[in-house]
Amino acid sequence: MRLLAIAVLWGLTLVPASAFMAFAAAHAAEPGRTPLPAIAITKPGQCVEPTDVMRRDHMKFLKHQRDLTVHEGVRSKQHSLNECIACHASPKTGSVLGEDGFCQSCHSYAAVKPDCWDCHQPKPGQKAATGVRP
Amino acid sequence: MSDNKDGVSRRGFLATSAAALGGIALAPGIRLVEIAAAKPDDEPVSSKVRWGMLIDTTRCQTGCTDCVSACNKENGLGEVTKPRTNAQWIRKIDLTDLKTDHALSLPMMCQHCANPPCVDVCPTGASFKRADGIVLVDRHTCIGCRYCMMACPYKARSFVHEPHTDQKPEVPRGQGCVEGCTLCVHRVDRGGTPACVEACAAAGHNAMMFGDLNNPESEISKRIREVKTTQVRADLKLDLGVRYEGI
Repeated sequence: MRLLAIAVLWGLTLVPASAFMAFAAAHAAEPGRTPLPAIAITKPGQCVEPTDVMRRDHMKFLKHQRDLTVHEGVRSKQHSLNECIACHASPKTGSVLGEDGFCQSCHSYAAVKPDCWDCHQPKPGQKAATGVRP
Repeated sequence: MSDNKDGVSRRGFLATSAAALGGIALAPGIRLVEIAAAKPDDEPVSSKVRWGMLIDTTRCQTGCTDCVSACNKENGLGEVTKPRTNAQWIRKIDLTDLKTDHALSLPMMCQHCANPPCVDVCPTGASFKRADGIVLVDRHTCIGCRYCMMACPYKARSFVHEPHTDQKPEVPRGQGCVEGCTLCVHRVDRGGTPACVEACAAAGHNAMMFGDLNNPESEISKRIREVKTTQVRADLKLDLGVRYEGI
C-alpha cells in the first residue's frame, strides 16, 4: 500500500515535468516564438576581430577603448564605437537601433540593456572639420 | 597620462624638421607649409603639451556671439530654448566700468585650471584633468551630483536635464551628466583648434588664440611673453589655461 502511494506521488510530479519539457522543446524549435536577432551584414568584409570573439567580447573591447579615448586621447579606429556604427548601421534606417538594428536586435534577444545610446549617437555622421592650428 | 620619457620626442623632432624644410615664413604668422602638429591616433596625450587659450578682449566685439553659436553647432548643443537650464559651454559677458563707462565684452568658459576645484570635489573621479591640461567629465562615471558645478568659480559647467537624441557622433552627451567646455578635444586630438577660435577668426576678429603654453615657440607663448595677460580670479591660484588680455 505504501509503495503504491510513493509510485502515485512520483507519477504526479514526473508526468507534468516531462509534459512541460516536451512542450518547451516543441516550441523552441518553432520559428517566431523567440525573435532571433537580425544580424544583417550589409557591408561584407573583415571585422576588427574574429566573429566568435566579437560576439563574446565586444563589450570588453569597447569599454577598454572608451577609457583610453576619454582619459588619454587615444583615437585609434580599431575598437572605436563610431567605427562599429559606421559599418553596422542599417542602410534602411541609418541606425544600429530599431527592431532590426544590428545592436538592438541582439541585445533584445540577450535581454541586456546597455545605456550606450543615452549619450552616443546611433547613426553614423561625418567627421567635423578640425580647423588649422597656428 | 604617460609621459614621453625620451630626451627628444618624435613629434618635436618632426616639427623641427618640418619647420626647417618647409616652414619658410613668408610673413610673420604665414608659412609656406603648415607644421604638422597632429599626434598619431594611437598615441596617448602627453604632459609635455599644455593646451591653453588667450582671449584679446580689445578685439572681442560687443554683440558678436559667433563663438557661442560655433560651440553650440560643433558640440550639438542646439538652439537655446530654455536659457535657465540649457547647457552652456561658452557664454558672452559684457562688462562696464561704472566710473568711466568703459565697456568690454568677453567669452567665458571652462578655464582649464591646472589645479581644478571640480576635480577636487568629484566623488567618483568623473571630473578629471587630462595629461595635456584639458579638464573633462567622463560621462561613464559621472553620477550627476553637480558638486563640480558648485565648486567651479567660473560657472563653467552645465547639467543636462533632458534626454537628447541629436548628439554629434564625436560629442556624446545625455541626460543626467554634468558637462562643460572640452576645448573641442576631438578636434585638438586630430591637430585642430577649438570651434570658437575658428569662428572668431572667420568673423575677422581674431580675438581668440589657441596653442601650447609649454612650447616657448608657439604663437600663444610668444604673445603672453610680450603683453600683459590676466587670469580671472588669479587670487584662487588655480593656474588657468585660459588667459585674458586687456581686462
